Amino acid sequence: MLARQKMPLQDPGIRRSNFKEVALGYTDEQAVEEAKRCLQCKKPKCVEGCPVEVHIPDFIKHLAEGDFDSAIKNIKTDNALPAVCGRVCPQETQCEASCILKKKGEPVSIGRLERFVSDKELAKGSEVPERPKPSGKKVAVVGSGPAGLTAAADLARMGHSVTIFEALHAAGGVLTYGIPEFRLPKDIVKAEVEYVKKLGVNILLDSVIGKIDTVDDLLLEFDSVFLGTGAGLPVFMNIDGENLNGVYSANEFLTRVNLMKSYRFPEYDTPVRKGKHVVVVGGGNVAMDSARCALRLGAEEVTIVYRRGEEEMPARAEEIEHAKEEGIQFRLLTNPLRLEGDAKNWVTHIECINMYLCEPDGTGRCRPMPLSGSEHKIEADVVIMAIGTSPNPLVPRTTTGLEMSKHGTVVAKENGETTKKGVYAGGDAVTGSATVISAMGAGKIAARAIDDYLKTK
Amino acid sequence: MPTIFLMDIEAPRIAKKAQPGQFIILRIDETGERIPLTIADFDRKKGTIAMIFQAVGKTTAKLAALKTGDAILDFIGPLGNPSEIEKGGMVVLVGGGVGVAPIFPQARAFKEAGYKVISIIGARSANLLLWEDRMREFSDELYITTDDGTKGHHGFVTDIVKKILESGTKVDRVIAIGPPVMMRAVAGVTRPFNVKTIVSLNSIMVDGTGMCGACRVLVGNETKFACVDGPEFDAHLVDFTLLMNRLSMYQPEEKAAFEKYKCEREGCTC
Ligand SMILES: Cc1cc2nc3c(=O)[nH]c(=O)nc-3n(C[C@H](O)[C@H](O)[C@H](O)COP(=O)(O)OP(=O)(O)OC[C@H]3O[C@@H](n4cnc5c(N)ncnc54)[C@H](O)[C@@H]3O)c2cc1C
Ligand SMILES: Cc1cc2nc3c(=O)[nH]c(=O)nc-3n(C[C@H](O)[C@H](O)[C@H](O)COP(=O)(O)OP(=O)(O)OC[C@H]3O[C@@H](n4cnc5c(N)ncnc54)[C@H](O)[C@@H]3O)c2cc1C
Ligand code: SF4
Ligand code: SF4
Ligand code: FES
Repeated sequence: MLARQKMPLQDPGIRRSNFKEVALGYTDEQAVEEAKRCLQCKKPKCVEGCPVEVHIPDFIKHLAEGDFDSAIKNIKTDNALPAVCGRVCPQETQCEASCILKKKGEPVSIGRLERFVSDKELAKGSEVPERPKPSGKKVAVVGSGPAGLTAAADLARMGHSVTIFEALHAAGGVLTYGIPEFRLPKDIVKAEVEYVKKLGVNILLDSVIGKIDTVDDLLLEFDSVFLGTGAGLPVFMNIDGENLNGVYSANEFLTRVNLMKSYRFPEYDTPVRKGKHVVVVGGGNVAMDSARCALRLGAEEVTIVYRRGEEEMPARAEEIEHAKEEGIQFRLLTNPLRLEGDAKNWVTHIECINMYLCEPDGTGRCRPMPLSGSEHKIEADVVIMAIGTSPNPLVPRTTTGLEMSKHGTVVAKENGETTKKGVYAGGDAVTGSATVISAMGAGKIAARAIDDYLKTK
Repeated sequence: MPTIFLMDIEAPRIAKKAQPGQFIILRIDETGERIPLTIADFDRKKGTIAMIFQAVGKTTAKLAALKTGDAILDFIGPLGNPSEIEKGGMVVLVGGGVGVAPIFPQARAFKEAGYKVISIIGARSANLLLWEDRMREFSDELYITTDDGTKGHHGFVTDIVKKILESGTKVDRVIAIGPPVMMRAVAGVTRPFNVKTIVSLNSIMVDGTGMCGACRVLVGNETKFACVDGPEFDAHLVDFTLLMNRLSMYQPEEKAAFEKYKCEREGCTC
């Protein structure tokens, strides 16, 4: 069996001080070689692992034949954001996890191939797809993250008139404000958003639903509403010292750095505190991204504090690997107790305690327990809390008849239908923080359900 | 000394929905910062929002440099919760510095809701006093104070608040908007009298939608997000020291940015 093609990477020693993309992408030769590894299975298992059902063997076949144009066209019938997915999908637990080759060794690098053909197309400008006959129906989409963009793209392709309302000044949701440039360049996100616009979707930025208009207002003008508002409310630990200066939620830190481009301060006006000793609390992708941003801003030392072990870290293996290569320190089985500050309210230390893991709890993960007597302090002038987020209550609070779970998520059926007639929801707003591709899958399913609903109206 | 500017922005969608107590967030241009400013007035018919601001840093100086007819890249609102205005009673409104601006729509709304309105507006000096005429129109009584005695009472707004409360006048509510030190002082004066006191907190903000937590404040020992839980809170429960500490977070960066901006604009001498 042919070996899997290695992804060319920017050297860790160099990339730790720039915001340029870490993974450089396959060359033409590499991509074709990798594509040839695919067995073109009759019953391709890989497709079952993809929530948006990309016709994986088909696009790979075109690619293996050197027909990049047909390959991307094929992907785009199912996936409006392939350059994004190719970069940030957790392929190892999605499509590639189901690839038949995985049983014998290494799966086909589906994500990297998807990225390759998308980048090829973006480089020469994407084709304007044909617009279908207008259905005369109007749909409002709240939120322009992966869930909203996918629902909007699909609905537009079905002939409906779609308007996205986005609270921020740029579209993309977490793709724009959260995931850093070095993992997902903002030009790529912009280009994919442009493509969605070319499908006929109208995007209204700076529009906070629940404030400028409520969902009930929207229903007067639109036949249906899709809620893709994400899970953007930062969670804090509720420990002493969390309001000290220099203590950020990951959302704030990443928004400053990515959306507001504070890594280019003072060229860009938004400042961010550049710490010398930065501590990031958490073990997910968000923690890795925060730590790696802090490093690139010029920190001398960046430490990730996580209460379980490496096995339990929810971050993608590749991201943990990349963080380590760049010199991020990991203090596992460690949990913060409180934060200490100086007389001017600036954080100086974080006090932690060591943990040990006992029997798995209800979630199947081992429960961390504090090891008494192991309290210790870590020096920190910036602390970033990356311990999770929950859905933003702005829309639920202002919408009549929309049922919410006790976790603050929107209650929705499998097909996205909520308890309010004509209102559908999907993505992190329904599931709590999950993944780009699961949000896109939810957007796709909801688009179908909305289409069915509109036919009955 | 920072100068004060008044600006009308054409934003019909926002003007249609704006309520007293709310604010907007704006970003002037592509490299700009997002800053919050209170909605000082709105005209639903003309579709305009009025803002009053002090040129204290780079963004507000850039804003002040705009000319009639210029456009602002992003203008987001109305954000925050509207002020609670029930029916009738007696309200004392206290505005300090540019804080007079956000107090004004409240004066009008309270008046329209049948309140008796006593307003106190203060500034460091007479030439920094704002909107005296507008305030007078909707106030049953209007007091003016200046720190240097150039107009009205020589002293602080709190002196008048105290006098009113000591005189035994039954006050249902005090609303104070201005610099944090002023709001803290007003809270201190009204606390012993047990009069419900509301302040509008001007914490540092980024998104204004509850997404980042930059604006967090401590109210009654609970962390709140000023942009979505406020900006108005019960003054007697607010931790003003924390607010002031957090407001100073980016002082070195802000100062550097402002200096650099002034250099670029006025030709460098440094
Ligand atoms: C730092 C970070 C790194 C991540 N890395 C990965 C990764 O590598 N791979 C992966 O698969 N997943 C990753 N995730 C998770 C993934 O980004 C999310 O699961 C996904 O973006 C959810 O999509 P969504 O469309 O549901 O919501 P979001 O992307 O959160 O988008 C919601 C949008 O709705 C807008 N909105 C909210 N409320 C309103 C309102 N009232 N009115 C108007 N607009 C509103 C928001 O501004 C936002 O733009 C990461 C998340 C973060 C934070
Ligand atoms: C909800 C809300 C409503 C607001 N409404 C108004 C308003 O109607 N009019 C207005 O002028 N400002 C208002 N502010 C404050 C305003 O947002 C800031 O003045 C602005 O962000 C300053 O930006 P800058 O880049 O010009 O200055 P920066 O560079 O950010 O700040 C320069 C210096 O000024 C100090 N500073 C900042 N704001 C103030 C202030 N308000 N008073 C005294 N010193 C300050 C800073 O600590 C810093 O040292 C409001 C803030 C909030 C949160
Ligand atoms: S969209 Fe994601 S899960 Fe689907 S094929 Fe592409 S990389 Fe795999
Ligand atoms: S399962 Fe693997 S080998 Fe089979 S078609 Fe899919 S990618 Fe190709
Ligand atoms: S400004 Fe971001 S949460 Fe309030």
